[in-house]
Order: sequence, then C-alpha cells, then structure tokens
Amino acid sequence: MPSVMINKTESGMSFYVPKKDLEEAIVSMEHEGPGRWGGEITLADGSRYFLEPMDEAPRLPITLRAKRL
Amino acid sequence: MCAMKRDEAEALIQEVLEVYPEKARKDRAKHLTVNDPNVEQAKKCLVSNRKSVPGVMTIRGCAYAGSKGVVWGPIKDMIHISHGPVGCGQYSRAGRRNYYTGHTGVNTFGTMNFTSDFQEKDIVFGGDKKLEKMIDEMETLFPLNKGISIQSECPVGLIGDDIESVAKKKTKETDKPVVALRCEGFRGVSQSLGHHIANDAIRDSVLPRRDDDHSFESTPYDVALTGDYNIGGDAWASRILLEEMGLRVIAQWSGDGTISELELAPKAKVNLLHCYRSMNYLARHMEEKYGLPWMEYNFFGPTKIAESLRKIADLFDDKIKEGAERVIEKYQSEMDAVIAKYRPRLEGRKVMLYVGGLRPRHVIGAYEDLGMEIVGAGYEFAHNDDYDRTIKEMGDATLLYDDVTGYELEEFVKRVRPDLVGSGIKEKYIFQKMGIPFRQMHSWDYSGPYHGYDGFAIFARDMDMTLNNPCWDKLQAPWKKVA
Repeated sequence: MPSVMINKTESGMSFYVPKKDLEEAIVSMEHEGPGRWGGEITLADGSRYFLEPMDEAPRLPITLRAKRL
Repeated sequence: MCAMKRDEAEALIQEVLEVYPEKARKDRAKHLTVNDPNVEQAKKCLVSNRKSVPGVMTIRGCAYAGSKGVVWGPIKDMIHISHGPVGCGQYSRAGRRNYYTGHTGVNTFGTMNFTSDFQEKDIVFGGDKKLEKMIDEMETLFPLNKGISIQSECPVGLIGDDIESVAKKKTKETDKPVVALRCEGFRGVSQSLGHHIANDAIRDSVLPRRDDDHSFESTPYDVALTGDYNIGGDAWASRILLEEMGLRVIAQWSGDGTISELELAPKAKVNLLHCYRSMNYLARHMEEKYGLPWMEYNFFGPTKIAESLRKIADLFDDKIKEGAERVIEKYQSEMDAVIAKYRPRLEGRKVMLYVGGLRPRHVIGAYEDLGMEIVGAGYEFAHNDDYDRTIKEMGDATLLYDDVTGYELEEFVKRVRPDLVGSGIKEKYIFQKMGIPFRQMHSWDYSGPYHGYDGFAIFARDMDMTLNNPCWDKLQAPWKKVA
C-alpha cells in the first residue's frame, strides 16, 4: 500500500510514488466522471494500481494510499 | 563531433568492469551506460539510488551531510547543533561557502560549529542531559538566535537517545522552533535521504507555524526562491534577475535564508525550484497543502537563463512578461561580449562531469554556450527522475555513470582524455596530477557565483583560466621531454 501523489499535468494526470521515485502518467482510470472517482488505474509503464473510489473528484494534487494490483 | 562511437563507449565500459569480481561487476554494470537521448525513461537503461558496493571508493556523503550540510546549514539565523562526536561538525564547517549577510555570532551563525562533542560517558549514559544543558547555554550566549536544529550524528541513533522529547521541551521553554532531525549518517544510501529527512522536518515543524497568521501582506508577484544555497553568492545573482523583472522574492531557501522566510514561503504565488533533488519533496508538499504551484528553472548560461525567465514570466501577467524581455535585452550585449571573448579559447573542448544531484544536467547549457561539449556525466546521489531529465540534455553516445567509483572515473578519464573534468575536492588532485585541468564544481573551486548573468561571466573566465593555464605544459620534467 504505497502512499502516492496524484497530480494534474498538461496531458492528464500523473502518479508519483516518492519512495520509489516513480513518476508516471496515468493512462486510464476506472471512475473519472462526476459522482465517482478512483478505482483501478493503469500507468504508462503498464503497472496497475487500485485507489479506493471517492464520491467526488478531489482537488489535485492529493496524497492517497494505493494498492498494487 | 563526438568523442566516441557508441560501440567504442560500450566496449570501454566492459573493459573497465573487467577487474571486478563477478558479483560486483554485475552490480556495477547496471550503473554505467551509454546515453541514448531517445530513451524516454532512465530506469530502462540505468539503475540509481542504490547502496554502493562495499570495498569500492565511492564519493558519496551521508544523511547528516544532506540534512545539516545542504538543507538546514545555510539557514543563517538558526543554530544547528551537530549532535554527537566533534568531527562531523568540525570537518564540514563552512566548507560549502553558503554566503550570508549578518554578524556571525550575534544574529547569524552560518560559519560557526556547534557540537555536543560526545565523550565515552555520553555514549554510555546517553546525551540528552548534555543536549539540554547545551541549548540552555546557547540561549544565554546567543540570545538572538531564532531557533535551533538538532542534527543527529550516527551514535545518537545507535544508543537511542530521545532527542525529540528534548526538542519538544525546549520549544516550549524558549518559544522558538527547536527541531530534532533523525539524520544519522548510517541511514539511507547517500546524502539524498538526508535531504528528504530535512524536508520532512521543515514540513512538520516549520511550515505550519504561520498557518493561522494572515498578517503578511502579499502581492500578486510574490515568489519563493527554493533550492538555491547561495554558494559563492549564487542566490543573490539569481535574485536580482527576478527582482529586475518585477517579481518580489519573499523567501530564499535556504542560502542566505532565515527561519522567518521559510515560514513565509507558503504565502508566495509560485515556488521556483533550482535544486530539484534536495527540495522537490517540499515543493510537492506545498503544492498539495497550500495550492502553491512549483516549477523548475535553470540559471546557468545565457541560453538557459533566457529560457527560464520566459518560462517564469509565463506564469504571470504582461507586466512581468515585458520585464523578462527587458532583463534579457539588458544583459544580451554583455553576454555576447563574454562569449565573444571566451568562446574562441574554449570552443570544441570536451568536459566530463561528476557532481551531486543537479549540476551535471544544469551546467550543460552553460558549457554549450561556450562551445564546449559534455562527453560524460554522472551523479553521486541522483534518483531516476534526475536521470530522466539528464538523458534529454546529453548528446548521443556520451557516458552516463551513477555513483561512479574512484577507479571507474579514473579509467574513464584516462581513456576519454577530456580537456576538463568537473567534480569534487576528493577527485581534484588525482586528475590534476594526471595532467588534466580540473574544476571543483561543488563549491565552484572557491570562486562564484555561477548562477545568473553575472555568474556566467565568472564561469566563463574560470573555465578559461583553468583550461588555458600554462602550467599544463609544464607537467613533464624538461630533461624527459622528447625534443
């Protein structure tokens, strides 16, 4: 369960794991629309993580716990 | 014009690795590579931020060096205690040349060494009492200090002293920030962890101090200058450019900086980050907590300065954009003169760099402005994200070496024969005795500043002075010279 920071970038969203120096673009996120945000996400390097879905899209950047899939 | 072809460079790396035992060879092979600017991510070709192989001559420092020496040390109106045996503080005292204004020993303490000087009895019975007494004494002797940081050296962690409780008690007693840092030297693989620990301590015990204080009158043009440690006056040379273009610098982190500036930084409009490696954790934190955007910039060499000034101005209104153009215009002729003078003397020379966590990529632009070429670069303690940024800056088939050992660097230099090597003091005399001009790029070889337009003029002069020094022809004894 690494602590990750989700941030806005010019092309979408980025996923940053400070402990691993991993900064990757998010290619897809399960729930992006209004009403629900989070779920399964895929990064540009192919790895997948799970974020506990939230009711509202949060203000970015935000630090969350993510589960590695 | 490149020094080597790709296969030659790869062969060189293989040859250098030959002498290691198999296990070490396998490990070191991951840290050395030939650059390919088309690679998107460094992790595909290079491994960084790993423990050094035991037995090699690594050039890295420790977590204490990262916290006390780099991040906290330059904060001038605080007292930084080197908590533990006397040596760590004494041998790192003032060596980094973080310039500041003020009266040392009265209201600023940058070049002084405060240490708890652990003796055998402190190791056996613990040093907390001594630390408390020391802080009391410091309050009496130096009442104008604005805070105290306790920088742990290795033994403090080994014997398990509770410095946090001392810090808490003294914060209450003195009503000043007393910050305990767990930056014992054995933590982590290099000084990089020290930066992180120092950043986290600032985040937890300094920044929140003014969260409810809104008395500071801010303007739309407030910026914080972060990750500039004012080595030889670097931050001053950067600051004047920002001020000339109409911005107001409300905080300098941490070169010539004060604790008050640190606390004010979240009230700025944008965080300008020079040394990404040592301050990015705080920049990211402030972006999340205070909604303060940050951007990296580069003030080495006129090309990069102009690029950075425009990038900074883009975040503000037309007045600042105009200001940026005015500043670039103002210094243009001066810079053209510098380049006209030194470029013919330096054109086409090859440089190899091995510095800390930022400079190998940041100074490339400045060397290119002088017509020089970087044929090899490496970092002591960089992480993947630093190499991501470096790969793009470096030419094809140049050498990249992470945490290079003394032996490897010597072999590379012997074979590549660069015209100039830029690294630290430990490497300086080896290469000078090999007959290769050398600049100490950690503290600018006791020169500086190198940032900003003023700095570039000094940089160009220094490079010329080193490279074209007549002494390099005199290394061979006259009777041994082939006629």
